[in-house]
Amino acid sequence: MNMAEKMKYLGVSRRDFLKYCTALSGTLALSPAFGPKIAEAIESDNRPPVIWLEFQDCAGDTESLLRASAPTAAQLILDYLSLDYHETIMAAAGHQAEAAKESTFEKYKGKYICIVEGSIPTGADGAYCTVGGRSAVDILKEIGGNAAFVIAVGTCATFGGLPAAYPNPTGAKSVQELLPGKTVINLPGCPMNVDNLNGTIVHYLLFGAPPAMDKFLRPKFAYGKRIHDNCERRAHFDAGQYVEAWGDYGHKQGWCLYKMGCKGPETFHNCPTIRWNEGLSWPVQAGHGCAGCSEPGFWDTMTPLYKRLPNVPGFGVEATATKIGAAVVGISAVVFGMHGIVSIIRNRGLVKKVESSEFEDDDK
Amino acid sequence: MANKIVVDPITRIEGHLRIEAKVENGKIVDAWSSSTMFRGIEKILQGRDPRDAWFYTQRFCGVCTTVHSIASIRAVENALGIKVPYNAEMLRNIIMGIQNVQDHVIHFYHLHALDWVDIVSALKADPRKTAALQQSVSDWKYSSADYFKSVQDKIGAFANTGRLGPFSNGYWGHPAMKLPPEVNLMGVAHYLEALNLQKEIIKIHAILGSKNPHPQTFLVGGMAIPVDPNSQNALNAAKIAEINKYIQMADEFVKKVYVPDVLAVAPYYLDWTKYGAGHLNYLAYGEFPETQSGYPDGLWIPGGIVKDGDLKNVIDVDHNKITEYVTHSWYDYTGGDATAKHPYDGEQNANYTGPKPPYDYLNTDEKYSWVKAPRYDDAPMEVGPLARMVVGYARGHKEITGAIEYTLSELNAGAEILFSTLGRTAARALESLITVDRMPKWMDMLVNNIKTGDYEIHNPEKWDPESWPTNARGYGFHEAPRGALGHWVVIENKNIKNYQAVVPTTWNASPRDANEQRGQYEQSLIGTPLADPERPLEILRTIHSFDPCLACAVHIYDGKGDLKSKVKVL
Repeated sequence: MNMAEKMKYLGVSRRDFLKYCTALSGTLALSPAFGPKIAEAIESDNRPPVIWLEFQDCAGDTESLLRASAPTAAQLILDYLSLDYHETIMAAAGHQAEAAKESTFEKYKGKYICIVEGSIPTGADGAYCTVGGRSAVDILKEIGGNAAFVIAVGTCATFGGLPAAYPNPTGAKSVQELLPGKTVINLPGCPMNVDNLNGTIVHYLLFGAPPAMDKFLRPKFAYGKRIHDNCERRAHFDAGQYVEAWGDYGHKQGWCLYKMGCKGPETFHNCPTIRWNEGLSWPVQAGHGCAGCSEPGFWDTMTPLYKRLPNVPGFGVEATATKIGAAVVGISAVVFGMHGIVSIIRNRGLVKKVESSEFEDDDK
Repeated sequence: MANKIVVDPITRIEGHLRIEAKVENGKIVDAWSSSTMFRGIEKILQGRDPRDAWFYTQRFCGVCTTVHSIASIRAVENALGIKVPYNAEMLRNIIMGIQNVQDHVIHFYHLHALDWVDIVSALKADPRKTAALQQSVSDWKYSSADYFKSVQDKIGAFANTGRLGPFSNGYWGHPAMKLPPEVNLMGVAHYLEALNLQKEIIKIHAILGSKNPHPQTFLVGGMAIPVDPNSQNALNAAKIAEINKYIQMADEFVKKVYVPDVLAVAPYYLDWTKYGAGHLNYLAYGEFPETQSGYPDGLWIPGGIVKDGDLKNVIDVDHNKITEYVTHSWYDYTGGDATAKHPYDGEQNANYTGPKPPYDYLNTDEKYSWVKAPRYDDAPMEVGPLARMVVGYARGHKEITGAIEYTLSELNAGAEILFSTLGRTAARALESLITVDRMPKWMDMLVNNIKTGDYEIHNPEKWDPESWPTNARGYGFHEAPRGALGHWVVIENKNIKNYQAVVPTTWNASPRDANEQRGQYEQSLIGTPLADPERPLEILRTIHSFDPCLACAVHIYDGKGDLKSKVKVL
């Protein structure tokens, strides 16, 4: 649908539209004669409007956005999207910033894309995070609730992340917990890999619909496989060659980091294939184990970082790795289902109790 | 008559910041700085493995995405008495150095520039004049009239869509915008160039630490990137060459674009050397160990304190004199809110007493922020690039003094202009300049050490928690892009008992203390003129000159209870 069709669909007359364009040329400090020219440009302008909300975040996902390469951040901002509200990037502040958000909200209700970074605190009547005097919960419900769909970027927005780790001092929640029934696409990772955001956006622009997702609402193109299965060091795992100490012979030779606490066998993410910073590297390649950052509750279930996976009967066997992956995916499911008492999972005894069946429907 | 204005959200920063200001006769007469977001990460840290702390605290901030890792591993190393191999110290220097430079570039072009550069005005520029200007300030490769015409056409086409995205409702045409169209066009071109550059130069973090943001390579006792010139899976000559390529790229951009831009823009905004000073107290811990004895010996950038703008006296830092108040912060202290507590002994019980959201104004006479109020010897301090430059200048540090004197002569001004909004912004550029100059030296030191056959990257002596004492405590300092950063950790029975960070933005963005002394943001806004209080661009200029990072600034720690007992209760 081009802009003229969209306007018609939204019940905006040609006359109103031109009037709006003339008003716009005013805010741009251009002469009113620019009005019709703007109308022409807008009619062929198919960039989806985007409102990017930041709540209990560290801006790591925003920084990740700035590392985009295909398309680049500049292309995303100028050519692919109309990024109408993004606190870290936008020129306007205060009332002017809020007005920009309101304007997109009113004009494109139900049509804009909402991207959320950071978890949403529910404690203290919402006072743990406010923007413009309004609580994060309120803002999310209004802006997220009226979006075409919501993309939750980073593990905080997707699963509650670090603020929701035990003892969750602020009652932090994920987007999908607060917007039940809404179409939410989860792009976990700490931070999310911008290639996966680009993949999701390009998928939407090319195919006109969100990508297929797993049960945690993660796109299968990015989270459909275990790190362990695509790991460049997998042969060393199978051969029983492990790093035993930082800087030892095996570490220098790129052996398996399993004994140094690598969580690759538990984690679904495409780090080994797309890697980071334009395909340059990823944790295992650079000598440090995977932390499991794309899994629900990983701050509690995947730590201590340097403790190897529990109760593994022997090494170097293909069947073992699958079993490990199965058990821990199961745990993630439990964590997700029991949000709020996630800390119990820190009791390692639970690891053993989880059924491997949870894993089966995910790997298909 | 006084009129209270609110700017919330302060955009183009990290985190959630709100400024309330009282305006009289077109000038700010009082101000309140409030952080409106709280996570409680330090509480989350209790009961966890101290070797993991860097990974948690790294998430204080995704912008300065290495700094809390560094401060954290140094705190644990200090607590356990661990000496780090020389290779690891140099690798840390290189990671910290490029973090500072890349962060400063992003700050200047993407977080600060739109306070000074009018994008819409750039559409009126004559690209030939912009080209002439560019060629007169440096021999930067992108300087032709055709190039600037293509940038202008691109922005023009974008503006013609009528959908300005992140640039809508900006302060275009504001009376405080002073640059001619040609300078604005140069600024817009560099905004876009810097957007591409920042993702290139930070690839050093990916080579050494797997990824950025949030590099995954720090270890208590060293680093996780192995060194072996004869392995493809370790730091070898090819990777060193690649790192050097990015250092050169950063060097060229800082010298040919960033510093010349600051010098080209400054003459139009010299009135901003009169505003934004605030308290004239500056604190720096010092950074970049260069000797074999390792941190905290042989620091290249010196630490110290300059008080009341007195450049003749520099005081040595004693961490015992650092305390924090919660008088105007949403926490309770046992013993009363008038007391101040050292980070080892501090306590924080979150207690929100502000208005229930949605609200129009905070009760600024009472508590009004999630940021605490750190003080040194009971005095508020400014930290950051300006503090480092001021302390270094006062100590007669060679590179800092050289950079400052060159700039002052270019602007034909005295040292007093440093204490200002513009001084803060210029200090950041000068720091980038001396840092890109220094980075090849650290690379040389690393290479020369590897040449001796030393491939060590980790000290394993205290890796096993069984080797630790029952009780230990320590602190770790770091000079982050935004200033002096300190972490304090208390370890008991192999777990974290207490954790406390006093971060740069906590110093700068602090609310008032028990003595009603304003924080540095608050103080620096006083006297600032507002041409149009409905569009308070001038507030953004001074606040942005500090490069706020609010997610860093807010944290909590609770002296009571440990994780295990709580798990049992559940």
